[in-house]
Amino acid sequence: MNIHEYQAREIFRSHGLPVPDSVLAESAEQAREAAARFGGTVVIKAQVHAGGRGKAGGVKLASDPAEAGEAAEAILGMEIKGLVVERVLVAPAVEIATEAYVGIVMDRASQQPVMMVSPEGGVDIEEVAATKPEAIFKEAIDPRYGLMPHEATGLAYKLFSDPALAKQAARALAGLWRAYERADATLAEINPLVSTPAGEVLAIDAKMNIDDSSLFRQPEIAAMRDEGAEAPSERRAREAGLSYIKLEGDVGCCVNGAGLAMATMDLVKYYGGSPANFLDIGGSSSPEKVVAALEIITEDPSVRSILFNIFGGITRCDDVANGIVEATGRLDLNVPITIRLTGTNEKEGVKILEGAGFEADTDMDRAVQRAVEVAS
Amino acid sequence: MAIFIGEQTRLVVQGITGRDGSFHTRQMIEYGTRVVAGVTPGKGGLTFDGTVPVYNTVVEAVVEQEANASVIYVPARFAGEAILEAADAGIELIVCITEGIPVAEMMRVMPFVQERGARLIGPNCPGLIVPGVCKVGILPGQIVLPGRIGIVSRSGTLTYEIIFQLTSAGIGQSTSIGIGGDPIIGTDFVDCLRAFEADGETDAVVIIGEIGGTDEQTAASLVKEEMNKPVVGFIAGQTAPPGRRMGHAGAIISGSEGTAAEKVRAFQENGIAVAERPVEIVDALRAAL
Repeated sequence: MNIHEYQAREIFRSHGLPVPDSVLAESAEQAREAAARFGGTVVIKAQVHAGGRGKAGGVKLASDPAEAGEAAEAILGMEIKGLVVERVLVAPAVEIATEAYVGIVMDRASQQPVMMVSPEGGVDIEEVAATKPEAIFKEAIDPRYGLMPHEATGLAYKLFSDPALAKQAARALAGLWRAYERADATLAEINPLVSTPAGEVLAIDAKMNIDDSSLFRQPEIAAMRDEGAEAPSERRAREAGLSYIKLEGDVGCCVNGAGLAMATMDLVKYYGGSPANFLDIGGSSSPEKVVAALEIITEDPSVRSILFNIFGGITRCDDVANGIVEATGRLDLNVPITIRLTGTNEKEGVKILEGAGFEADTDMDRAVQRAVEVAS
Repeated sequence: MAIFIGEQTRLVVQGITGRDGSFHTRQMIEYGTRVVAGVTPGKGGLTFDGTVPVYNTVVEAVVEQEANASVIYVPARFAGEAILEAADAGIELIVCITEGIPVAEMMRVMPFVQERGARLIGPNCPGLIVPGVCKVGILPGQIVLPGRIGIVSRSGTLTYEIIFQLTSAGIGQSTSIGIGGDPIIGTDFVDCLRAFEADGETDAVVIIGEIGGTDEQTAASLVKEEMNKPVVGFIAGQTAPPGRRMGHAGAIISGSEGTAAEKVRAFQENGIAVAERPVEIVDALRAAL
């Protein structure tokens, strides 16, 4: 789960990181007030789940409250990578001497968190990794012991040779580890971690991704979910226990299992079609789940054909068939449905469908081809 | 002999009295798996279906019934601890079906499992099956056929699909194994490929990958460097958008890393024939053998 910068800042602050004060504003008026309260130059930053906010014009400096209001006015309502900005962060502008990158990611290959630092901060770290890999320093963290003080110190001196600055940076790195660990994050990042001409080290940006599987034990973070940033259909799917991602095409896909769902989308494309969504109805699928899935798919106006691809394992074909019959009876469907059904209780499933006037195929390729044909 | 499981397997089911645990225990027994014990804390002393003794702890199942493998069906919040318990009891092979274990917990579990010398398969996996002999997990027994092809996959139902295509074409399998869709898993492609290479009952291997991470690339290098048996592959997720988690916790393209195109290229560059559609795996195998 993504959280916003202002939320990550709060978490960072609670773990002792040097994050300057900031205020969240939902209107130009609120931004003006915040700027007046801070005095001096402020920075206005769009709060959206997207990288590259600066390049998109979502970050502006303002030298007085009036300018802050204008900047907020311009940013609020702006679209960045398809996401509408509904909130901005207002913070006092910081004088910058140097900019560093510090971050922790979950490294799949080593099965450990890895802390990465670079004195080349303030830019996209993937770009630094590609063009100047020698400027990135890494330390694998043994999760049983956490980031050890000597590791933090070693990395801090990669960023600053001045002991006073390095000491502050080491404290910041220790804080970042605590935040990462306590929040069950899969990513925690400060870009940039700056030093000021006055000799202070400050975190002027904050980014965190949280492990979805940990949300059950992180109720405070789970409550940070920005439901407005989710497509309404995706929110409904999540609440119904379905895994759904809206795409651009016109063939609605309803599949059991994530791997088979991806392979089905790929096959739709192979036969010249375009998938409207990824949808995994999961393992033990009850008829209710199938009803919810069909409702979500049919609410997408671009869907011109619906394809079921069910390989019964734990999922029983008769459950899915009952769901299809029930949903189509309840919904006003004017989109053709193609059904592929095989595996556990296949015969029962096919019988139920045929009784309701549907045809069911057992071959995946044939079913996908037909679903693509009827969409065009 | 197949890989990891066989006639020697003496299985304990952790979570045997739960809804999924009891259903799949019956399926495994019916298939021929020797289920020697079950564990559900608080239900020790009961007998499951009149045949399988239930214990409060795994160590009792090891001492009383000489269990040497375990399968875990307990809910996500208890599953990490269940893995630790099995490893601590001296179980050699632990298969964890459960989906949704926190990543941070798996990072603490893995070093312990390795120190105890146990092999973990999963979590978030369908388990494994040796056709006609033994199955551990949830793979459907009716779609497999005994034979000499090894299958290793990150997926569940997509694996069934490919097994089904092979079986329909009369091509049998030595072992089919699902290694799991999570970012942190106990047994990876490399472990399975090495085991298949060493297995006298396997002639060729099918590897089924998907977007996210770089395991497929590592596996491709291994195939080139260490394997003599032919390997054919399939990658799911050509149409997956970047930055979105496609169901499996591990199926996500982060930045420029983990795309299907990159994995297909790694396969092809290292001598793995890549099928564009699941059904083409049959032809690819026939061409390779």
